[in-house]
Amino acid sequence: MAHTTHRTHAKEKVARPAAAAPPPPRPAAPRAVRARKLLTPWLFLAAPLALLIVFTYAPVANMVAYSFTDWDGVSPELSWTGFGNYVDIFTRAELFQVFLVSGYYLAASAVQIGLALYFATVLSFNVRFRSFFKGVIFFPYLINGVAIGFVFLYFFQDGGTLDSVLGLLGYESDRAWLGTSASANVSLAGVSIWRHLGLNFVLFLGAIQSIPGELYEAAELDGASRRQQFRYIIAPGIRPVLSLTVILSISGSLAVFEIPYIMTGGATGTETFVIQTVKLAFQFNKTGLASAAAVVLLLIILAVTWVQRRLVPDDKVDLV
Amino acid sequence: MTAMVRTPAAAASALRGRIARTLTYLSLVAATVVVLLPLTVVFLTSLKSEREMADDSGALALPGDLLNFSNYVTAFQDGRMLMAFGNTAFILLFAITGTVVIGSMAAYAIDRFTFRLRKPVLALFLVATLVPGVTTQVATFQIVNSMGMFDSRWAPILLYMGTDIVSIYIFLQFIRSIPVSLDEAARLDGAGAFTIYRKIIFPLLKPAIATVVIVKGITVYNDFYIPFLYMPSEDLGVISTSLFRFKGPFGAHWEVISAGAVLVILPTLLVFLFLQRYIYNGFMRGATK
Repeated sequence: MAHTTHRTHAKEKVARPAAAAPPPPRPAAPRAVRARKLLTPWLFLAAPLALLIVFTYAPVANMVAYSFTDWDGVSPELSWTGFGNYVDIFTRAELFQVFLVSGYYLAASAVQIGLALYFATVLSFNVRFRSFFKGVIFFPYLINGVAIGFVFLYFFQDGGTLDSVLGLLGYESDRAWLGTSASANVSLAGVSIWRHLGLNFVLFLGAIQSIPGELYEAAELDGASRRQQFRYIIAPGIRPVLSLTVILSISGSLAVFEIPYIMTGGATGTETFVIQTVKLAFQFNKTGLASAAAVVLLLIILAVTWVQRRLVPDDKVDLV
Repeated sequence: MTAMVRTPAAAASALRGRIARTLTYLSLVAATVVVLLPLTVVFLTSLKSEREMADDSGALALPGDLLNFSNYVTAFQDGRMLMAFGNTAFILLFAITGTVVIGSMAAYAIDRFTFRLRKPVLALFLVATLVPGVTTQVATFQIVNSMGMFDSRWAPILLYMGTDIVSIYIFLQFIRSIPVSLDEAARLDGAGAFTIYRKIIFPLLKPAIATVVIVKGITVYNDFYIPFLYMPSEDLGVISTSLFRFKGPFGAHWEVISAGAVLVILPTLLVFLFLQRYIYNGFMRGATK
């Protein structure tokens, strides 16, 4: 992957000056022609920009505005409440509790990255049935979230897949896997690993495979062990992808919605930040409070991204 | 000669190598089981009859009749999966076409023209990638609602088209590798900007278009959040929301729910098997944009 990027960069260096160079001055271009030339890029940009503003920037601006009000999303009346909603989010225990649930998913992300690194390393070497294993590990990432939810509801069900497998292994359990808060959150976080491992794995694998093979050969000639090869060749090679993955995992852990909503509906202490926001906004008509919650989430995600860009000043992240 | 004689140390390292190799394969097989077992069990369950589900044979028991497709019939008829596939196809068609046209136009304008405000425009697209869609729906909902698109198929179509900045990046990356000399040659032949875009740039973008179509297609097919929020009517169910509604009426009928889940997973599996290479590349490019 890094390889292709380099190639595009190289080409870019050739192409760029030509593109950036001002068009050769045409003697006495009529004004109409010049105006049309100025207008042309905007004709192409009109639709994309309109959509971008209407569906990304206008909502963000509105959301910030709503967050300082007590609007219910329907009535024409609303009153200014200052920072009241924000104070609520951080002081009312039941609203704050959702941040703790993110902890489970954050821990799961760490496990997930570890597993993805392991399988990517293993499968970057010569292994029999390599593409089969690669496909199997990646495929869950492509499956519809609702289908995954149902597959795992049956998996954790009383007398379902998990209980039957444990029974085969001689371990009878009559435990309700989704019954208590801790057990349910661990189970759901496990499903999240099952679903998302594939993407991390494929990203790492791509990064490892873009490391030139001569490096390994040279290392092997020098008597480097597999572990040393990982430490000194693979690890530095995948650093950019790893930092990107960490950032995606953190914001992903905060924005978990589908799996818990489909499987438990947020019951038994599995409510996540987004489930709570959706419920506040669309069930309890507390648009003001929900907006404040969404602004907090947005700020956290922006902060995390900013910290990552400071820590890993990475030319690969912005290609423009 | 000495090289041929195996010292104890060499034998030990060979043994260690063999153990490591075995452990590697064991871990891969374990991962395969973890991935495939829940899916296989659901597939087997979808073939069981109601009576088989009631007797206590357990989740791992094989169905009596491997060709019992009656649950699929139920899922299709009572679960209205046909309508769901129709709605999903409709949304897919428009959302993907729109994304490709809009993304390639934006990339063309940004890469091939020098104009004032080019940098700010670029920054606008760049910053938007940082805003996660889930957070802003509270306010987006109000905008969609005020445009009168709530509970229509156009709401998700426009949202999928308008909030996909990753596609613009994929096109931007690709358009740079198309030599500007091609544009210039066409311009000398009297082609205008739109003709250049349509006749030269767009056809050469084919690989990027393939990537965007695949990635976007799978994302839209799987999306639950947006149709769930914007299309509550049962008639407008897409596959995600229709399958989600199985939870109510088929509450304890796991054989029907399983059939529904298999119906949803099957197209994905087929697409994956046929387009593997494109899918890996597409998601890699999409994620590292």
